[in-house]
Amino acid sequence: MTNGSLLERLRGIVGSEHVVTHDRQLATYESDGLLQYAARPVAVVLPSTAAEVTSVVRACHDEQVPWVARGAGSGLSGGALPVEEGVLIALSRLRRILEVDIPNGRVLVEPGVTNIAVSRAVAPTHFFPPDPSSQIVCTIGGNVAENSGGAHCFKYGFTTNYVTGLEVVLPDGCEVKLGGPELDHPGYDLVGAFVGSEGTLGIATRIWLRVIPKPEAVRTLVAFFGSTVQAGEVVSRIVSEGIVPGAIEMMDNLSIRAAEGATNAGYPVDAGAALVVELDGSEAECETRFEHVKELCRDADSVRVAQDDEERELIWRARKAAFAAMGRIAPNYYVQDSVIPRTRLAEVLARIEDLAAEHALQVANVFHAGDGNLHPLVCYDGANPGEAERAEELAGLIVKACVDAGGSITGEHGVGVDKKRYMPSMFDEPDLATFQRLRCAFDPDGRANPGKVMPTPRLCGEVPGPYRRHPLEQAGLAERF
Amino acid sequence: MQVAEAPATREELCSALAAAGEARTPVRFRGGGTKSGWPPPATPETLELSTAGLTQIVEHNAGDLTAVLEAGVPLAEAQALFATEGQRLALDPPDTGGATIGGVVASGDTGPLRGRYGGPRDLVVGMRVALSDGTLAKSGGKVIKNVAGYDIAKLFSGSFGTLGAIVEVSVRLHPVAPDTATALGESSDPDELARGAAAIAQSPLEHHGIDVAWQSGRGRVLARFAGAAPRPQAEAAEKLLRTEGLATDVVDEDEPLWDDQRVAQRGPLVVKVSSLPTRLPRLLRTASELGGSLVGRAALGLSWMRFEEPAAADVERLRQEFIAVVHDRPADLEVDPVGPIDPATRALMQRVKERFDPAAVCV
Repeated sequence: MTNGSLLERLRGIVGSEHVVTHDRQLATYESDGLLQYAARPVAVVLPSTAAEVTSVVRACHDEQVPWVARGAGSGLSGGALPVEEGVLIALSRLRRILEVDIPNGRVLVEPGVTNIAVSRAVAPTHFFPPDPSSQIVCTIGGNVAENSGGAHCFKYGFTTNYVTGLEVVLPDGCEVKLGGPELDHPGYDLVGAFVGSEGTLGIATRIWLRVIPKPEAVRTLVAFFGSTVQAGEVVSRIVSEGIVPGAIEMMDNLSIRAAEGATNAGYPVDAGAALVVELDGSEAECETRFEHVKELCRDADSVRVAQDDEERELIWRARKAAFAAMGRIAPNYYVQDSVIPRTRLAEVLARIEDLAAEHALQVANVFHAGDGNLHPLVCYDGANPGEAERAEELAGLIVKACVDAGGSITGEHGVGVDKKRYMPSMFDEPDLATFQRLRCAFDPDGRANPGKVMPTPRLCGEVPGPYRRHPLEQAGLAERF
Repeated sequence: MQVAEAPATREELCSALAAAGEARTPVRFRGGGTKSGWPPPATPETLELSTAGLTQIVEHNAGDLTAVLEAGVPLAEAQALFATEGQRLALDPPDTGGATIGGVVASGDTGPLRGRYGGPRDLVVGMRVALSDGTLAKSGGKVIKNVAGYDIAKLFSGSFGTLGAIVEVSVRLHPVAPDTATALGESSDPDELARGAAAIAQSPLEHHGIDVAWQSGRGRVLARFAGAAPRPQAEAAEKLLRTEGLATDVVDEDEPLWDDQRVAQRGPLVVKVSSLPTRLPRLLRTASELGGSLVGRAALGLSWMRFEEPAAADVERLRQEFIAVVHDRPADLEVDPVGPIDPATRALMQRVKERFDPAAVCV
């Protein structure tokens, strides 16, 4: 930005008090949940309505200034990392729940509404299934950008399965409606293309969500095994029996020790693995299936069945505290989010163990066992010279091991800045160039969240040749996208 | 339409498409040909490219509940293989014989299982596509959870081959439940039927689909349950239907009931209506006014209205109140199959089309 004209315009749109330019205040926004990366934008703008968002984006377009949208800033891939020469558009003031339509299972929200607020708005009968562990603070706008998952997505799916419509401000400041409260609007599924696009296609200012009835019954147990391999075999047996648990989560010994130290949830600290299995659904179905799961866990060293909500909460407390508790193992950790085909679990965990030993570092494993989404936590002490670099190298090799096993570099955290360097391990040049086509259709000038997702900067060329209309389209008889 | 020799590999298909792109020859992709009447009729110079040579089931990873299929694999053939492991791809659109996975995904066609498992957009986890400039590209992967890169598979699902050719898909599979049971409720009152369906949809009962059928002033609600113990849930659903005044039953051998629902999604003229569950009574009354019959996924707000005597005016009438897309229709019926789209949205779709099909040949 070369002059203050944009800042003046932004102040005119949202009011001076909602344009942040003081260095100390900007510091609040220089990172998202991934603190390894930091950048201070020229300004942070906090619009309070969809119309203000549109005006802000249009102003940036006119002044040719890049921008990054931010929700709660709880993302773990640096997806909301500002660009230094650009504007950060913080959506935290757009937090109105505009419509709750229980009979149709729909909720219309602004992007700054928190994930938990949606479930609260439709309680006690309904809930919003995607439940990232940051759900108390993370926003729906962020969930849409990242296609967030959570512990229950093996059974219930991801954010993309629960968004039916969006009102979007495109990077040129134009507003479009994609989908709506109804399913299957005609034309291309641009809702599907937008969800998970990590803020690179525009800003969703209104979001139609689908909510579903709460299950009648919930049954939870935690089983402790000598090793993750044993626990992994039980997971395979449960799934192959046709049981689809609401959640099925595993922790290894290092995670158990850290989490138990922090929570006193009663996990045995010498256990090789803890497997949390939660079934939900109808009373009769749950009961039958739960007996079956208990039977499948018969070789466990011990099994604890939650008898009431309190005990259930205690079982989950250790699992949910696992990340935060890592401070007990090492001052710093580096979390990965790779996915593997579940059947390759034993060999990939063995590979991770070997790699950790080679790098003289500890790796704790906490994962969504049903869908093979690992969260290896590489523990290190940043104060020791060279250790952070070694941790980063190790994390990279773990990602590679997962991709080599037929998996993905990220299951729910997104690519952002952190994993874009790994994109070429999954995708070849024609694949990346095809991704770019979508981005160019929405944002030909590359102003929305530049520097994210794609491993190298790319420009959008002109569309080659004029589009020729089908004779039937020319005759006004048909539009077939 | 000219028919090209069916390419034997995805690379060959890609080359044939690129050659057509170079020559600016319009191209239409064909799978099993079961829905070839849905898009506008092709012009005489259009080249038909078939996926009939792409019939390999590349992977069935039973332990991971995933599979990789070439586009030309008949859905029924894939299902037969998955069934040997007690699994299925949870897509059950009506199949008049030979529908391919590529065609089902490209058309976004779905059946009653949609209520529980979603449609192709929800079950395809990776895709390879061929584009008109000779690009062969993949997106997604073959694990069920993956957010790396843009979701090109969703963009191509339901795109009718107008962005390029789907040459291979990776899909998520589900276990087939050991047992099923269906609660059935009949009534001639549209409000009663809608209330019955809503009572089940909003209850915590874990249904595998709630359907409605309506013909000649009489209709039924069907709610299916599946699992280790489906009967108690079906009985609970029956009770809800009875409370709303419907004449009820519970059917254990329920497959024929659901076959009927699927079959009724085809006909001389079939219009798919996207609406909301609470508008069901209005939609049923509209069907009666227009002389149509209807089947639908009551909890999703998706319905298929069938007309024995096709008339474009009926489609237009529906569009006054509903989002309506034409599926089956006679070749000579002059009607816009898609219907109105907001101009700004349409312009964005056009830009997407131009980027993915730079030769502008995929029709």
